[in-house]
Amino acid sequence: MKTNSLVNILAKNLKALMVLLSSAMIVFATFTISAGPIDTYKFPDEVTKKRFSELTYELRCPKCQNQNLADSNSPIAQDLRKEVYDMLLDGRSDSEIMDYMVQRYGEFVLYRPRVSSITYILWFGPIVFILIGGFVVFLLTRRKDTEPEHLSAEQKQQLKSILKD
Amino acid sequence: MNIIIRLIPFVLFLLLGVLLYRGLSLDPQSMPSALIGKSFPQFTLTSLEDESQQVTKADFKPGIKLVNVWATWCPSCKVEHPFLVKLAKDDRFSLYGINYKDNRADANQWLKYYQNPYQFSIFDDIGKLGLDLGVYGAPETFVIDHHGVIRKRFAGVLEPRVWQRQFLPLINTIEDEMVKGE
Repeated sequence: MKTNSLVNILAKNLKALMVLLSSAMIVFATFTISAGPIDTYKFPDEVTKKRFSELTYELRCPKCQNQNLADSNSPIAQDLRKEVYDMLLDGRSDSEIMDYMVQRYGEFVLYRPRVSSITYILWFGPIVFILIGGFVVFLLTRRKDTEPEHLSAEQKQQLKSILKD
Repeated sequence: MNIIIRLIPFVLFLLLGVLLYRGLSLDPQSMPSALIGKSFPQFTLTSLEDESQQVTKADFKPGIKLVNVWATWCPSCKVEHPFLVKLAKDDRFSLYGINYKDNRADANQWLKYYQNPYQFSIFDDIGKLGLDLGVYGAPETFVIDHHGVIRKRFAGVLEPRVWQRQFLPLINTIEDEMVKGE
């Protein structure tokens, strides 16, 4: 009876321990998710907020080239985030904001390059490559398919008897 | 015929490989400014030396201009400063400063202490002109021609070798254009 209650208590505590651990993990995880730079921008509505996060996600930081504006803590990224924020509140459209950045920092700031004559290869190159590859594979395999037709009647008979076993 | 078809993907692969391999040796930091060939942006800011004095594009002298973005918080600016002092003696161009996101008192102190190579410095404390110029750090140096068009942007420390290789030829070109009346 006594040992039984001890086990019970242990089991109960274990459960509490598990809950504590998992909640700690959740808290930790939330902290790591929001580990980017923290700005205290206030948005008039959810749409603007979403547009802000989308724009800063798509715009590249000119100084720290492998980060977007949302990620980077460099002074220029902070300035550009502020600029994006100001322009959003000013009622500018997304494409106007993109244009503004491209005019100053070049096509380079767009993580998703625009489709233009210089970027045709970038956009359509992979499709062209796949098409060429597919075409070559098609040509080569089609030829192979015709080969078994060259068997003579005797050979066909032989093949049949082998396949029967 | 068959052989040629078989070779097409291989040749394409080699071409792509050469292209990508060349890309490895490109310097991702060297970005030409988006503003090259465009006219220097309009601005109305105060001069660093005198808070009450407004400066605009019209205050630049005619001829070739060098605009140097600097700040007291920027260690590389200190490195290039002696060279700028030397350059200021050249009368083929006039040298201007943009004091970028800095403190006025500190910046004036710096110019007093290290000599002032600039005709004047534009005080751009919030970095508005810097943003219009596509500046992302300091030091940066722009070459403006006699029409007020940006011809070059250089990010980094200005030193004799860079000057010889990149700036002098351009200044010669612009001078030729001026002689021809272009």
